[in-house]
Amino acid sequence: MSNSNPVLEVHDLTVSYNKKPVLWGVDFSIDQGNLVGIIGPNGAGKSTLIKSIMGLVDKSAGFSKVFGRDLKQVRNKISYVPQRGSVDWDFPATVFDVVLMGTYGKLGLFKRPKRAHKEAANNAIKSVGLQGLEDRQIAQLSGGQQQRVFLARALAQNAELYFMDEPFAGVDAATEKTIIEILKNLKNQGKTVLVVHHDLQTVSEYFDQVILLNTRLVAFGDTDKTFTENNLQETYGGKLTLLSEIRNLMAKEEMPSREK
Amino acid sequence: MIEFNPIILNVVIGATILAITSSIVGVFAFLQKKTLVGDAISHAILPGVCLAFMLTNSKNPIYLFAGAFASGWFGSFLIEFISSKSRIKKDSSISIILSLFFGIGMTLLSYIQNHDYSDKSGLNHYLFGSITSITTSDIYLFTSVSLITLFVIYFLFKEFRLVSFDPEFSNSIGINIKVINRVLTSLTVVAIVLGIKAAGVVLMAGMIITPAAIARFWTNKLIIMLNVAVIVAMFSCFFGSYLSYISPTPTGPWIVIVMSFIAILSFFFAPKKGIVFRKIKQIQFRNKIIEENILKALYQIGEKANNFNMSLSIEDILIRRSFLLIELKSGLRRLTSQGYLEKNDQGYAFSPMGLQKGKRTTKLHRLWELYLTNYMKIAPDHVHDDAETIEHIITPELELKLEELLQYPVRDPHDSIIPYK
Repeated sequence: MSNSNPVLEVHDLTVSYNKKPVLWGVDFSIDQGNLVGIIGPNGAGKSTLIKSIMGLVDKSAGFSKVFGRDLKQVRNKISYVPQRGSVDWDFPATVFDVVLMGTYGKLGLFKRPKRAHKEAANNAIKSVGLQGLEDRQIAQLSGGQQQRVFLARALAQNAELYFMDEPFAGVDAATEKTIIEILKNLKNQGKTVLVVHHDLQTVSEYFDQVILLNTRLVAFGDTDKTFTENNLQETYGGKLTLLSEIRNLMAKEEMPSREK
Repeated sequence: MIEFNPIILNVVIGATILAITSSIVGVFAFLQKKTLVGDAISHAILPGVCLAFMLTNSKNPIYLFAGAFASGWFGSFLIEFISSKSRIKKDSSISIILSLFFGIGMTLLSYIQNHDYSDKSGLNHYLFGSITSITTSDIYLFTSVSLITLFVIYFLFKEFRLVSFDPEFSNSIGINIKVINRVLTSLTVVAIVLGIKAAGVVLMAGMIITPAAIARFWTNKLIIMLNVAVIVAMFSCFFGSYLSYISPTPTGPWIVIVMSFIAILSFFFAPKKGIVFRKIKQIQFRNKIIEENILKALYQIGEKANNFNMSLSIEDILIRRSFLLIELKSGLRRLTSQGYLEKNDQGYAFSPMGLQKGKRTTKLHRLWELYLTNYMKIAPDHVHDDAETIEHIITPELELKLEELLQYPVRDPHDSIIPYK
């Protein structure tokens, strides 16, 4: 890449679940201030990509560096928004409780949130348009509102780099508009945002760059040059039959994905 | 006056400790959906108690506590190990460990009973619990261990809550969820070990789970949930201990019976989630529908006759719209007593408020029909039944939105005039 100090560098990343590779040799790097869409069919490894960068799943080979360092040294500059469906929304907590969790990373163990942290949470709630619902039980929110709660928690983290897993999935039109405005706002503040996205209609409108993924990296680059008919065909079209046969074989034989 | 009796004092302190620690730990186990693990741990404790007794030939609470903790913890470790390293799923590995450890424990217990251990009397209390068997030295140990447990929960409360709600996010901000979960599991083991002498290994899981499940019925707030769970557990422990003392039968079953009784009551009567509450809500909604339908029928009769002041008999109403006679009569009675209708010799007439309400229901019905035909492209002869339901649930805010969206139309799809204020 042109810039010598990328915000995120992913090098030859390979990840397997139960020995079956879901990401294979993925290589790219992202510069500061970009809004990046991660696009690909179901099971392409989109969520796995950001989870492995966040250290939530083990890498079988390759590495990723954030701000040129190891993840552990820069955690406070990164925010991760899981899929909405990954938690039990019947958990006894209010909107404010969940958003306040965004400040826990900087607080550290044992310490309790102080007034400044509560103010940060309240500001985040306002910027996603949930003011007045601070004390509402999260179980009583609509899907779109729940997604906004997750986004507010991320904003309360006040990070430099954001990873968001399907923030637009199952939300109403108003929420979608709010979210994209917030993402563009983050970008304008010089922050970098990676978004797992599945709605091909809006890709060109939303993202500066796209990562086209289907187990392997099909294409990566500026949206206007990369989000092309040909690349989409390759991402969504015919599967690489040989590759998937080898993947199945690896799962069966419990072979390591790299010789150590 | 109650004369000072060390046994009663021990029972009271023992029951309090048991209730507080097991219910607080139980709330987190419940929220993490790990209640079955609690059941396995409590059964897995038995071999540890027996082995500790056989090795030391004493019932010193420290040895027994250590043995119980070790085997409970080992059991929970094996559950994780089996489910992560093999194809056996978690529920199966829980059952395997539970039955294996309990089997070993029962074998050891019968071995002890049949052999010459001098101090063996009372060891079988660990099976179903006997709160009066708690000694003063037990109390010292229990109190200090439970205080440590409560301190750990106090200081790690923020982390426990976060990990229970969203483990992936916790991991992403650098919390080691494996360590936090291991601490939680250890606390569960400790709470169970503290309780087994009073409640017994067989039913200890109930002590962990039931107060949390009951509390969840009554509140949506974690702090209140913890408090409700503690109160329920304390009441059940005291009352259960009393029942076991007067019967005289083991303590554990009585505590669990009392708790389960509270759980059943909660199931029926808890606000919002209880069955009775929900049934009442349904009846109220049904009554509301009948009342609004009556007012609408009266309005439509008035509309036709161009006179909203006339009195109508039950027969007049039934010509316009069919009702169950009994529902119509009770509906009319309620509407009269609420001031929407006035009763006179000829029948029923609108009060100003009643006219307003009848007009609004008619309006909502017609607006919704229009919305269905204009926006959802449903044929005009198919929209009536849908509007019959929707007209009763539209809130004033939605009413305004609907009016603005349709731009205050004059007529509905069937060419009836839509009445505004």
